[in-house]
Amino acid sequence: MKILVTAKRVEDPESKIKVKPDGSGIVQEGLKYKINPFDEIGVEEGLRLAAKHGGEVVVVSIGGKEVQEQLRHALAMGAHRAVWVNHTGTLDQLALAGLLQKVAEKEKPDMVILGKQSIDDDQNQVGQYLAEFLGWSQATFASKVESLESEQEKNKVPALQVGADGKTVRVVREVDNGLATLECALPAVVTTDLRLNLPRYASLPGIMKAKSKPIEELTPEKLGVDVTPKIQVLKMSSPPPRKAGIKVPDVATLVDKLRNEAKAV
Amino acid sequence: MDFQLSDSQRALQETARKFAREAIRPKAPHYDETAEFPRDLMSTAYELGFMNQGIPAEYGGSGLSHLEQVLVCEELAWGCAGVTTSIFANDLANLPILLFGTEEQKQRLLKPFGERMRLSCFCLTEPSAGSDVANLGSTARRDGDHYILNGSKCFISNGGYADQFTVFATVDKGRRHKGITCFVVEGKPPGLTVGKHENKMGQRASNTVSLTFEDVRVPVANRIGEEGQGFPIAMETLDHSRPVTASFSLGIARAALEHSLEYSAQRQTFGKPIREHQGLQFMLADMAMNVQAARLLTWQSAWMLDNGQKNTLISSYAKCFAADMAMKVTTDAVQVYGGYGYMKDYPVEKLMRDAKLIQVYEGTSQVQRIVIAKELFK
Repeated sequence: MKILVTAKRVEDPESKIKVKPDGSGIVQEGLKYKINPFDEIGVEEGLRLAAKHGGEVVVVSIGGKEVQEQLRHALAMGAHRAVWVNHTGTLDQLALAGLLQKVAEKEKPDMVILGKQSIDDDQNQVGQYLAEFLGWSQATFASKVESLESEQEKNKVPALQVGADGKTVRVVREVDNGLATLECALPAVVTTDLRLNLPRYASLPGIMKAKSKPIEELTPEKLGVDVTPKIQVLKMSSPPPRKAGIKVPDVATLVDKLRNEAKAV
Repeated sequence: MDFQLSDSQRALQETARKFAREAIRPKAPHYDETAEFPRDLMSTAYELGFMNQGIPAEYGGSGLSHLEQVLVCEELAWGCAGVTTSIFANDLANLPILLFGTEEQKQRLLKPFGERMRLSCFCLTEPSAGSDVANLGSTARRDGDHYILNGSKCFISNGGYADQFTVFATVDKGRRHKGITCFVVEGKPPGLTVGKHENKMGQRASNTVSLTFEDVRVPVANRIGEEGQGFPIAMETLDHSRPVTASFSLGIARAALEHSLEYSAQRQTFGKPIREHQGLQFMLADMAMNVQAARLLTWQSAWMLDNGQKNTLISSYAKCFAADMAMKVTTDAVQVYGGYGYMKDYPVEKLMRDAKLIQVYEGTSQVQRIVIAKELFK
């Protein structure tokens, strides 16, 4: 089977994010970047499916030249080849989904796996838009029943279960009150939640081999997608700093404050 | 001059950093305390290609350049230098085969390391021949299509678990360094005895043993290079390994610096965090400055090898400077922590013990200076 996975470039969650004084964005200087962790889970799931059912994992990223770093990361994990949609400048979720739609129509995968959201602006929209644009079934927030310490996880068993006829996929979804199981006709769009799998390390030989794996370059023009943003970010600001805590002299005061000030007990 | 690392170099660094942070560091105190062999970490390191990292892909290794190896090993040593010594021992032991072996020997003696996890050890040091390599007492006597090895080796890393041994012995003690010859002993042949695991001060996660050879037969086909070529083989091997050994110092010292920066921001004296005292600032600044200076020397010495340049002088600068730097930086880190730094409950005393070994193994800091002086007088 053929699986298309995404690899968005996002700020490293461990780096310190500062908003520019004029609110026009964040300070980029000195920041580190990595693959969106939810996308990395998608790459891992794609690799497990390809290992089990045979086939190919194609990774796609959208952005300037620098996103090749994230494509190479997915290639080092084991993806077979990459598609790079070269575009600098702001893109909103509709534009991203429009570009991915054209890439999917060109590649004709059995499944597109994306992170449920990217950790930079946390929109959680692209997967849903993409399924709609393609007219495919969708299963968001894919998770699994087994724990991340289970034998299945250690043996890298895919959580997404493809039917024996290869025409359906069964997906366990994380929902507010537990887990829901869906069966979708293929081709389908699946978005990953955090507890789907533990992504593998990129091995040293994997990184060395990734250097010579092909990256195909496309552009919004070549794909025929108008990416003019329909959404404008007006202002970014930091959350207000947390107020310092207070010390209470004894338990009685604590209980009093919890009861009468915080109204927590 | 270009100090920019490539995307793939940063990817290698990143994957090593992740492995060090998530796998090595959490287990480092356990292996330091127990001096057990870190088998679980070694097998993951093998799967990920950290072991045999310098062996080209066509012989089953990861095929890293020298610069890439020092980038990776700094990260691993940041996690634990003892574990890193264990991981890197294969690369050191297999260097003579890679540098001086015939194509047939590389196929036969290197390739199996890519097929399953096997360990190899570099057997040069003897009870009375450490810095003075030419005083080597182990002998090799030709007997038909075999050599017969006799003698003892000490302080051999991974020796207790090795599947293959790269051994230096003399075919004629009278010829001093011109008699030294390099052999590869496969498996555990009769006559090869492993001594007890040494109870070391630091880098306790590395296995260190003595080995005794009593009439151990080695096929002539396993002689690396010619008879009497062992001394230049050993010296060139060390030229190649010094940048990596220097990078171990970088990892240890960087860990000490990071701990010191963190602790000095929390610990208060005289009403403010200790890092707001100028005395502390001078120490922290010196630590950071020297780590970076050692890193640049280390990178340069590795870069020279990658560009086919002889690096004896620069790699000795790098190894000596980095080892002495790590000793000073880790000692200062204990000072930053004060009384707590001396306690095993805090992470810096281990770094100080681990750093000491780098001034000693693979050429002491004194031997490095002798090499440097010799190069200067040329």
